[in-house]
Amino acid sequence: MLLNIIGTWIAATLTLAILSFLYRDNPFYKVAEHIYVGTSAGFAVIYAWAFDVYPMLVDAFRNNLAEHNYWEAWILVVPTILGIMMLCRSIPKIAWISRWPISFTVGIGSGLGLVAAVQGYLLPQISDTLRPLITVNNFVVYIGVIATLFYFYFSKEHKGALGVLSRVGIIFIMVAFGASFGYTVMARVSLLIGRFYFLLHDWLHVIR
Amino acid sequence: MRFWERLANVDRKVLYLLLALVVAVPIIVRPKTSIRVSEPVREAFGAVDRLPAGSVVMISIDFDPSSAPEVQPMLVALLRHAFKKNLKVIVMGQLALGLPLAEIALDQVAPEMGKKYGDDYVNFGYRPGFTAMMVGMGREIRDYFRTDYRNVPVDSFPFMRQVHNYEDIALLVSLAHGGVADAWIQYVGGRFNQAIIVGCTGVNAPNLYQYLHSGQIKGLIGGLQGASEYETLVERPGSATLGMPAQSAAHGLIILLLVIGNIGYLLSRKRKA
Repeated sequence: MLLNIIGTWIAATLTLAILSFLYRDNPFYKVAEHIYVGTSAGFAVIYAWAFDVYPMLVDAFRNNLAEHNYWEAWILVVPTILGIMMLCRSIPKIAWISRWPISFTVGIGSGLGLVAAVQGYLLPQISDTLRPLITVNNFVVYIGVIATLFYFYFSKEHKGALGVLSRVGIIFIMVAFGASFGYTVMARVSLLIGRFYFLLHDWLHVIR
Repeated sequence: MRFWERLANVDRKVLYLLLALVVAVPIIVRPKTSIRVSEPVREAFGAVDRLPAGSVVMISIDFDPSSAPEVQPMLVALLRHAFKKNLKVIVMGQLALGLPLAEIALDQVAPEMGKKYGDDYVNFGYRPGFTAMMVGMGREIRDYFRTDYRNVPVDSFPFMRQVHNYEDIALLVSLAHGGVADAWIQYVGGRFNQAIIVGCTGVNAPNLYQYLHSGQIKGLIGGLQGASEYETLVERPGSATLGMPAQSAAHGLIILLLVIGNIGYLLSRKRKA
């Protein structure tokens, strides 16, 4: 209980310190910012070690050896070496070693991503775009897609019919940006509401 | 004319103070507002509601404390809905910093719904691997999660003995604040035809409507508004519903300031010309 109260007071103080940036940059804000970054990084490291590296590598190695699963135990040496090689990035002289595990990761990412991009994005989106022209909405989708694609066609000067189409494309792009911006404003206000709710509910107990 | 120009050039600190006021007052006063449920949220609710009791729902916690005010209410409402329907829930996540938020929500909802850890829900925690893990779980979940986050073997939970891959998961829910939801849709939805619904921050919502329209996801809960709509559907108003009057007031103020700023700008330009 006491720990909860202390935690709430620390969180409230740090919230106010972060909000003080709205007045101007100041030491309170900087302290809060550094604590946030440090705590997040520290938490992530501890979490990764306690919940991933230790049980999946150290424990798994021990358990497999104890159960005489030698192949499953010793294969774990490969990701361990790759992981250590990745850490070499922080030492400039041997930073080049990290390229090996990075290339391994990039290879996996590209291999998986290629299939996902085609199977999970391109094909479903194209097939959804090719709708029958029986409703106004579908007609608007066609115009929007074609006009926007023409706006990004830079091999020819945007004059004449191409110019008109690309201008229509700009309108569609602007509408999309507008919707995106509107949602972004909503998201930021939501975060502010979240902090105010915390201050008024958990800290000051003004609301129940 | 000078009046408008002065208004357009008012100190930004005054605007911050105004915004703070219009956000704080509705939270304290709590005016009653009616929440209209949008179609994407209704579809998400329907996707959960149609599942027969005992079906397995996997909720992926793909957000962290920076987006908790928006996404956490969705998690709470979804858990209430799933437990009410007697669905089995698996919680896991792609962000290490987000998993404690799952524990907070489970500790809040499970006791009030009379649900027991291991019998009705499990928390697998976080594993690295991202897309490789997403695809790999299509073969066998145990390749990545042999134990839950408390180091208890997965097979010691009765309902988990029948769950091996996506074929055994009726619905996947990604509660995301970044591109993780896209990855679930593209890597798991595309490859394994997994039914997916997404709850996301307002910033991400516009990018996800394309998946909803193409049928790649079964529903979309976008931002605090979406969370409040889901709370309305599960008939348990929470922090999202409480925040909606403040949200509306803040939007009203922003629109008003935009109009005033633009009038001031246009008048000053006219004067200079």
